[in-house]
Amino acid sequence: MIDTITKENFEQVVEKAERPVLLELWAPWCVYCRRLAPALDRVSEKRSDSLSVGKINIDEEPDLARKLDAEVIPTLYVYQNGSHGEKLVAPASQAQLEAWIEEQLGK
Amino acid sequence: MEKKYDVLIIGGGPGGYSAALYCARAGLSTLVLEMLSAGGQMATTPQVDNYPGFDDGIDGFELGEKMLAGAERFGAETRFAEVTKLEWKGAEKIAHTSDGDFSARTVILAMGAGPKKLGLAEEELLTGRGVAYCAACDGMQYKGKTVAVAGGGNSAVADALTLSKLCKKVYLVHRRDMLRADKVYLDAISAAGNIEIVWNARIDAFLHHEKFEGLSITDTVTKKTYSLACDGVFVAVGRTPNTWLVRGALEMDEQGYIAADETTCTSVGGVFAVGDIRAKPLRQIVTAVADGAVASKFVQEYLLKGV
Repeated sequence: MIDTITKENFEQVVEKAERPVLLELWAPWCVYCRRLAPALDRVSEKRSDSLSVGKINIDEEPDLARKLDAEVIPTLYVYQNGSHGEKLVAPASQAQLEAWIEEQLGK
Repeated sequence: MEKKYDVLIIGGGPGGYSAALYCARAGLSTLVLEMLSAGGQMATTPQVDNYPGFDDGIDGFELGEKMLAGAERFGAETRFAEVTKLEWKGAEKIAHTSDGDFSARTVILAMGAGPKKLGLAEEELLTGRGVAYCAACDGMQYKGKTVAVAGGGNSAVADALTLSKLCKKVYLVHRRDMLRADKVYLDAISAAGNIEIVWNARIDAFLHHEKFEGLSITDTVTKKTYSLACDGVFVAVGRTPNTWLVRGALEMDEQGYIAADETTCTSVGGVFAVGDIRAKPLRQIVTAVADGAVASKFVQEYLLKGV
């Protein structure tokens, strides 16, 4: 399941989450975000017991988009214990996305 | 080695899934290897109006998903994996992927094409930070701003028109003194009102300092160099085939497209090329799907020969 993240639930669902959260900043007009969506769904399902996945619509959440430096979308972060590592922008493949998640979780 | 297939298809765009549909319906065990999601370049086109059968047009992403589902209905399989190496050992074709190795006696290359780059310094670094290749994808990020489009063909003009509806001002920066675009497009440019054509302009460098600031241009007639201030540039200078997996392994034309005629047969037995990756006069969804169907016929012929 993929959560919708807003300014209101960000602290609770992302920053205070007990397990890692994969965050995607996206927008409905972003055609590459749509191409990425099926891959995110598959990753979310595959890792459902260890990783949560949340999406932030930057049109509806401009403050979060600014806070997370999402000038370009899709932008992805892995949040762990209230903070995140380097972002990933528009991965070319599901394999690249998964390798980056592994790297982020290993840190 | 995982399961062996009759045919491996590299790439899940319209050429790949049409081939998958026809191969699966011919009773061949068929595996599509796709690195992200179905549809290829088509999936980033929200409105496809030149694929017959949809009187109101269709969303390219949705059409890609439908092509996948249509092929799977007859038993074609998809692995969402990235092919890192492709090799042929005699009759056996092996794809090494992020998800393991797969083999088959035939392989259909359907990796498509992507935008050609300008080849300037820092282009990679600035991609997504001022340099873009898809007006339909990234145009909204420049809403109300000033942008440039680099190129002079139909796709450059179409991009300029798309952007003119969103942006304050659009410069169409072209190397020559006339456009190669069709007349229907040229009329629309003057009607748009906010598109200015910059003629005889060779882009030498991207200007940026913290953020993207514009282009450094040389006038090819006067040889003078000047700066064009803009918030971003959309590069539309043509396309280039995604052939790095097979470079040097089979014949290609001067532009780097895979040499294969209407049969889709390449210079290597049992290896076929469909869609935008093949040398052909017109690259469209309809010609890609036609290639896929034709390839299945020659795949079957090759397998029957029992090589």
